[in-house]
Amino acid sequence: GGVRFVSGGVGRIEKVLIANRGEIACRVMRTAKKMGVRSVAVYSEADRHAMHVAMADEAYLIGPAASQQSYLSMDKVLDVAKKSGSHAVHPGYGFLSENTEFAEACKQEGIIFIGPPSSAIRDMGIKSTSKYIMAAAGVPIIGGYHGEDQSNERLQAEAAQIGYPVMIKAVRGGGGKGMRIARTDSDFLEQLESARREARKSFNDDVMLVEKFVEDPRHVEVQVFGDQHGNVVYLFERDCSVQRRHQKIIEEAPAPGISAEVRRKLGEAAVKAAKAVNYVGAGTVEFIMDAQHNFYFMEMNTRLQVEHPVSEMITGTDLVEWQLRVAAGERLPLLQDDIILSGHSFEARIYAEDPDNDFLPGAGPLRHLSTPQADAETRVETGVREGDEVSAHYDPMIAKLVVWGRDRSSALKKLRYCLRQYNIVGLHTNIDFLLSLSAHPEFEAGNVTTSFIPQHYAALFPAPQAPSGATLCRAALGLLIRERGRTQEFSHLSADPYSPFGSSSGRRFNILYSRNMTLQVGDKKVDVVVTYNKDGSYTMQIGDEAHHVTGEVKSEGGASFLHCSVNGVESRPKLVIVDNTVHLFSMEGSAAVSVPVPKYLAAVSGSGAQGGAVAPMTGTIEKVMVKVGDQVTAGDPLMVMIAMKMEHTIRAPKSGVIKKVFFREGSQASRHAPLVELEEEEEEEGGEAASQ
Amino acid sequence: CRSVALATSRTYYGDQVATLGSAPDSQSADYQENYERMQALVEELKTRSEKVKLGGGEKARNLHTSRGKLLPRERIDRLLDPGTPFLEFSQFAAYQLYGKEEVPAGGIITGIGRVSGVECVIVANDATVKGGTYYPVTVKKHLRAQEIAQQNHLPCIYLVDSGGANLPRQADVFPDRDHFGRIFFNQAKLSSEGLAQIAVVMGSCTAGGAYVPAMADESIIVRKQGTIFLGGPPLVKAATGEEVSAEDLGGADLHCRKSGVTDHYALDDNHALHLARKAVRNLNYRKNMEVTTEPSEPPLYPAEELYGIVGANLKRNFDVREVIARIVDGSKFDEFKAFYGDTLVTGFSRIFGYPVGIIGNNGVLFSESAKKGTHFIELCCQRKIPLIFLQNITGFMVGREYEAGGIAKDGAKMVTAVACANVPKITVLIGGSYGAGNYGMCGRAYSPRFLYMWPNSRISVMGGEQAATVLATITKDQRAREGKEFTAEQESAMKEPIVRRFEEEGNPYFSSARLWDDGIIDPADTRLVLGLSLSAALNAPIKKTQFGVFRM
Repeated sequence: GGVRFVSGGVGRIEKVLIANRGEIACRVMRTAKKMGVRSVAVYSEADRHAMHVAMADEAYLIGPAASQQSYLSMDKVLDVAKKSGSHAVHPGYGFLSENTEFAEACKQEGIIFIGPPSSAIRDMGIKSTSKYIMAAAGVPIIGGYHGEDQSNERLQAEAAQIGYPVMIKAVRGGGGKGMRIARTDSDFLEQLESARREARKSFNDDVMLVEKFVEDPRHVEVQVFGDQHGNVVYLFERDCSVQRRHQKIIEEAPAPGISAEVRRKLGEAAVKAAKAVNYVGAGTVEFIMDAQHNFYFMEMNTRLQVEHPVSEMITGTDLVEWQLRVAAGERLPLLQDDIILSGHSFEARIYAEDPDNDFLPGAGPLRHLSTPQADAETRVETGVREGDEVSAHYDPMIAKLVVWGRDRSSALKKLRYCLRQYNIVGLHTNIDFLLSLSAHPEFEAGNVTTSFIPQHYAALFPAPQAPSGATLCRAALGLLIRERGRTQEFSHLSADPYSPFGSSSGRRFNILYSRNMTLQVGDKKVDVVVTYNKDGSYTMQIGDEAHHVTGEVKSEGGASFLHCSVNGVESRPKLVIVDNTVHLFSMEGSAAVSVPVPKYLAAVSGSGAQGGAVAPMTGTIEKVMVKVGDQVTAGDPLMVMIAMKMEHTIRAPKSGVIKKVFFREGSQASRHAPLVELEEEEEEEGGEAASQ
Repeated sequence: CRSVALATSRTYYGDQVATLGSAPDSQSADYQENYERMQALVEELKTRSEKVKLGGGEKARNLHTSRGKLLPRERIDRLLDPGTPFLEFSQFAAYQLYGKEEVPAGGIITGIGRVSGVECVIVANDATVKGGTYYPVTVKKHLRAQEIAQQNHLPCIYLVDSGGANLPRQADVFPDRDHFGRIFFNQAKLSSEGLAQIAVVMGSCTAGGAYVPAMADESIIVRKQGTIFLGGPPLVKAATGEEVSAEDLGGADLHCRKSGVTDHYALDDNHALHLARKAVRNLNYRKNMEVTTEPSEPPLYPAEELYGIVGANLKRNFDVREVIARIVDGSKFDEFKAFYGDTLVTGFSRIFGYPVGIIGNNGVLFSESAKKGTHFIELCCQRKIPLIFLQNITGFMVGREYEAGGIAKDGAKMVTAVACANVPKITVLIGGSYGAGNYGMCGRAYSPRFLYMWPNSRISVMGGEQAATVLATITKDQRAREGKEFTAEQESAMKEPIVRRFEEEGNPYFSSARLWDDGIIDPADTRLVLGLSLSAALNAPIKKTQFGVFRM
């Protein structure tokens, strides 16, 4: 069978509004462009210069940075849809994508909502409802309490009934928000309260369900697609087991180690689930799978998922194109028998976060950004460019790197190769973590579960290795070449451009010039004694080792490469110098080496920051647990902060007495702002002694 | 000569120039012997320099660094624009001058380097050498650095860390015109000429030394290291009985907060040098050159070939054009009066893009050579082109014919021209420098802006051999008048110590120890040394030259 081009003739989509931002907005626009559909972007004040705004044919400002007042504001988005004459609205994922009222409102305005009917969103959005429907349709489900009695006592009793560990989940939740695991009866209430708080924040609804927590399960999900003519197909499954903070980090299709039989059963169960709610458009049916490959329905996501590209890669489809066509009333381009699984695909999500610090989400400027070359088998799905800012207001995902290979191992090899070429400077990213993750033997073997990261923690977080002497030499060389460039620049601008005083030869007479370059490696300082040889090479002494170093910087495709030789070993790592730090990226790994800022240039910081606790990032103070005069011991919680849509507990860095509290509940604290001033007991005694 | 088409920004097809020089026969015995002997001299120079570089003994250095202080050369390195060259002067000052007392580099390091893009004279005391006290040569070297600053219009930065005058030698340090007091006289005069005087107090500045920061335009002091007082704690105790610590008597806090003797407060050496760099940036200084510049290109021949061409045997002749070919841009030399007075080679060229007029010796000076030299110096002065003298001169021609031909007045013309020329003059002794030849070729007495020596060079009123022969002849005549015999044995016994003494005193290390020059250089570095010297010299406006009476 071939592709069917049957027009349903229901609607006509020539202009689509994308009610989203970032990579997904760009992703949708690319397909729209390809199909000759004009695109309309909406943007918040924070996104004025964002890539999705630049890519769109038209763009409309819809409000301030906070999502509630911009991307989540139905009225504003609908208003733009009408004003711009858009025929359809593509909601992307997140924001308004699973909002029934919005889907309904679109319909009333005669604008096509690209997604399932609002009834399907509603049915699937409430997890307890979805499970009843699935059970009735014969889809396997897992036991739990989905009742209306939301009292602490009842929920706790149900948890005990199900047996610990249990999962506490917001009924309207998703994306890991409002979700907590209680392992024992004693921590149930604390987890419940935390889940409710987060759910209220995220969904304005704190109804919870409790269900059995399957230990070390796999997270397998099936991509389904339905049209308005009653056809539903599956595009095989994805394995999204490897997660951190209950959020996916690396996804693949098809799921490894699954027999054709199980694959077919999964697909058919998913289609059954979709049909049970008369599903139209792109959807994902999530299953939890145990070690024996038994699977149970978890939930259905009624939107295009972040990880949809891996399904596209193994089926040769463009699901956004399908969405647009199905929304316009066309029949599905392919029926089940025409959908052929080919090869293997991985998606790695590149986040602004600090894996070494419990994956704490980050924000900040992308001072340097270079990506692998995109081609038919390599996709870089991103919504940012070099110089852009990863905003603290939204999801900290920088990009999705998607690769395809003939089989799993070649796809994995490709993934690692491309990750090495994904180089970012300016903020913490999880790229190195993704590399060690994708290189782990158990991952290579396909033995993935949702507990993968905690289980292999030691191997995934190897103790940081000190850079080799050769690496330090390369870093030092990079700095010397930058310095030479600055000297040259000065000379060329001066009225005396050829003076030999403007050279960077370091020439001395009858003696050789040696200088000590102190480099900061982690928290250690390393002395590199650089001797300028007469022939322009350098001898670099690190401890007892002497290295002979030559090289130059060449620019290729906008990036700088250090073509250098250290003791006769040639290499050409990518060189990025931002402020005082040299970054070297090569296939062998990356290294960052800094020049310590001299004491006299370091800002003298106030005593508040020194002796207190600071905000790990910009966010809102949710709860203040201490007041002036309180005695705290190291580790005591001081405040709870909401930032990057996550809850962070700020704890006392040391014992002492609270002298000042700088923030009250609901106020905004910027990154590194001191939150409290803490007076250490010893310090106090010292102070008294001095004053006597 | 060979012709090579080299396009520069201002050379059209028809302007192609013939280049100078030829590839040497590197297999010849002479070349190889020359090469080996010169190389040995250069090796000796470098070995001795490396030792001088260390400064005081290990103990003194360790004591110095244990206080958190940088060594003087490190201070200079961090003061300069990073990675840029430093033209150091007189590394061999005081070399073997004070008997058993070693005073490496004279206890003071001087030179020119770029600080915040401005070429500055830097004077740094080395406290690891005799506590940084001033020996007679230390004073001379300090004054010479100030003279260089004055002649070339360069700001001065003093990195002070000195115990003041060396008391046992006070008679040779204190009273005379060109003694210690002259340092402060110069500071006042230099400042009055608009040449910034910046002092960084990184150690003690006692007694007279206190005037270095006090006389400076702007001064910086390092907390807990720098002290300034007219009388130190021991003197105060002796005079008034008052007991006071050095820090309280003249530390950074006192001078930055109370006395106002210093202007900037530094946390440590690095901070002080950072502040000094900022001070230079705030000079609002711009180098205004009066010469044209062109893109620089290296010579066509490797500089090391100079070893094989020149060698160490002063009796062996070489063509000075081969030397010029290894110094100037693209080995391009527009020779002037090539066929006239050919024992003197004159011509125009460029070094690091700066125009130069070069005068080199190719044998003894005749009347024609001297007149040609005079003419060429007049041209350079008229055109404001700096002059380079490459000295390898046994003197003016002697003999009845030449005296009758008026060689004395022709030589005087050249000496007059050299003395009066107001363009920058730079002299390099590349071989012998004897007698009036030294005057005509701009010896030290003719105030060249800079004077350097190659390690093979010799300087004396005449050659040792000639002097011994002259003295032996006089003795022989005297003996003959007295009717006494003067045997060949007696003659050689008399000549031998004279030759040895001339050899010793004509040696470049003997000269450099006494500051008769600005340094001994590796012949292979000549081009760079000249380039840096020219760059420094061109900071000063070139004054119009008014020649004296030329005896016709």
